[in-house]
Amino acid sequence: MTLLDFARGPAIHWSLIIMVTGIIWRLLGVLVLTRGADLSRPRDAFGNFKGYRTVFSRAWPSGEFRTTTRYQTAMAYGFHLATLVVVIGIVPHIEFITSLTGASWPGLPNAFGVGAGIMALASLLALVARRVSKPGVYCSNWGDYFSWLVMAAPLVTGLMAFAHLGLRYETMLAIHILSAALLFAWFPFGKLMHAFWFIFSRAQSGVVYAHKGVRI
Amino acid sequence: MTTERTLGGFLRHRGVSRRAFLKFCSAMASMMALPASSVTALAEALEQARRPSVIWLSFQECTGCTEALTRSNAPSIEGLIFDFISLDYHHTLQAASGAAAEAAREEAMHENDGQYLLLVDGSIPSVKAYSTIAGISNLDMLKEGAAGAAAIIAIGTCAAYGGLPKADPNPTGAMSVEEIVKDRPIVNIPGCPPLPLAITGLIAHYLAMGVMPELDRLGRPLAFYGENIHDRCYRRPFYDRGLFAETFDDEGARRGWCLYKLGCKAPETYNACAQIKWNQGTSFPIQSGHGCIGCSEPNFWDKGGIYDSVAMGQFGSGPKIAVAASLGAVAGAGAAVLARGKKHKTETELDSDD
Repeated sequence: MTLLDFARGPAIHWSLIIMVTGIIWRLLGVLVLTRGADLSRPRDAFGNFKGYRTVFSRAWPSGEFRTTTRYQTAMAYGFHLATLVVVIGIVPHIEFITSLTGASWPGLPNAFGVGAGIMALASLLALVARRVSKPGVYCSNWGDYFSWLVMAAPLVTGLMAFAHLGLRYETMLAIHILSAALLFAWFPFGKLMHAFWFIFSRAQSGVVYAHKGVRI
Repeated sequence: MTTERTLGGFLRHRGVSRRAFLKFCSAMASMMALPASSVTALAEALEQARRPSVIWLSFQECTGCTEALTRSNAPSIEGLIFDFISLDYHHTLQAASGAAAEAAREEAMHENDGQYLLLVDGSIPSVKAYSTIAGISNLDMLKEGAAGAAAIIAIGTCAAYGGLPKADPNPTGAMSVEEIVKDRPIVNIPGCPPLPLAITGLIAHYLAMGVMPELDRLGRPLAFYGENIHDRCYRRPFYDRGLFAETFDDEGARRGWCLYKLGCKAPETYNACAQIKWNQGTSFPIQSGHGCIGCSEPNFWDKGGIYDSVAMGQFGSGPKIAVAASLGAVAGAGAAVLARGKKHKTETELDSDD
């Protein structure tokens, strides 16, 4: 079995199994621990319903924080949008998703994928640079840096494989797939789970604030 | 058997002009990445080369490799070089049969001990009874032939890596030459079939230089297998522009767009098909409208479907992922029950403290 056979066979297969198992495990494990209902009368009759607006409203910083958070807001948006383009826009990625789900859609020209990949990597570097330079703000632990590393690795190896840099193409492709497998396997156990938690944490805060009549 | 006749004399006798011969030498030097100044030396060395004795053993194969080499629609210098060698034993091509054929093989081996080239096509069944020639198993015949060979050329993916006979579940226990012979220089010329120029080019290199050329990690001459087909494919610009044939009869297929989504294995396949092409440079599989099947790579038959693209995962996704989701649900529910129990216990303890 070659490295590529291993990567796109057992490695990616098991990483997906670990990811799916882990995500459901963590989601259930946390969501079942909901607080009991607040029996007090809400300040606003529709307060709880309005609270869910924070899921969207907190996608953007409040006016008073806009200036101070401008850098990380721009970089984070740049990273997430560019990564989305890379993940769902490049033909090889679409082919992989098709093999998994059967769904298919038209891909972008490779130049867009390369551009988006470079943007994602650059913004990821910009974000970690801020994190390193402001330790007091972020209070980072090793898990934060590991999550950064497993996110950056597929971008670096993917760009290298596409550009035929470094090792032979099939070896770079195998390393790229293995790095994606590591990302999948780590996904449920680090802060990458914010891809799911952000909805619940924002909603929870919003509902509590709205119940108390806080302007949100 | 080895004779004193030179290749130069042989080609002149067959009507090959000096110009055509030098053109072939230039092409060979170019393929082997030799400097232009070496063309003359290569031509002189080739011209003076003596006929080498060659024994060609065919085992579990389909004769496609021999066909590719001998069925050119017009005589080429590559073909003539193949004619030039003293092919002392070849099941398909030789006139003799039965005991006379085996006697010719043994005579050639005896007279040219340690000097003959052993060409092998087809894989070798480890279960001896599955394939025998004149009552001799393929395994024994290979070992006997390899013992006195100067070098071995494994022609075709079957001889080089086991090929189709070795495909899962490998009922004959098929093995490649290099899995059996460990003490002789072996060069692999894989392909199903390989490019004729790769076979004769290797022989020409051996005739001119007296040694085998530089090989890659899979034992293939870098001159012919050093390039990725995808990199050399004339459809590559369509890949870069994101223009793909989705089916074999759609607009993209008619306009010659990239076949990546139809399972073309060119990105992971190393061969000279896109440069040299087949039938005197007429075409190659991708040009004819079908994706590369990666036939010069080991175990190509077992690497997923021919029409599955390179990026596709090789797994049965649905049921196993569904089982994983169920496991996750069970584990999550278990964790939740434990956590709730702990939470209630803590709350009870806090209440009692109050």
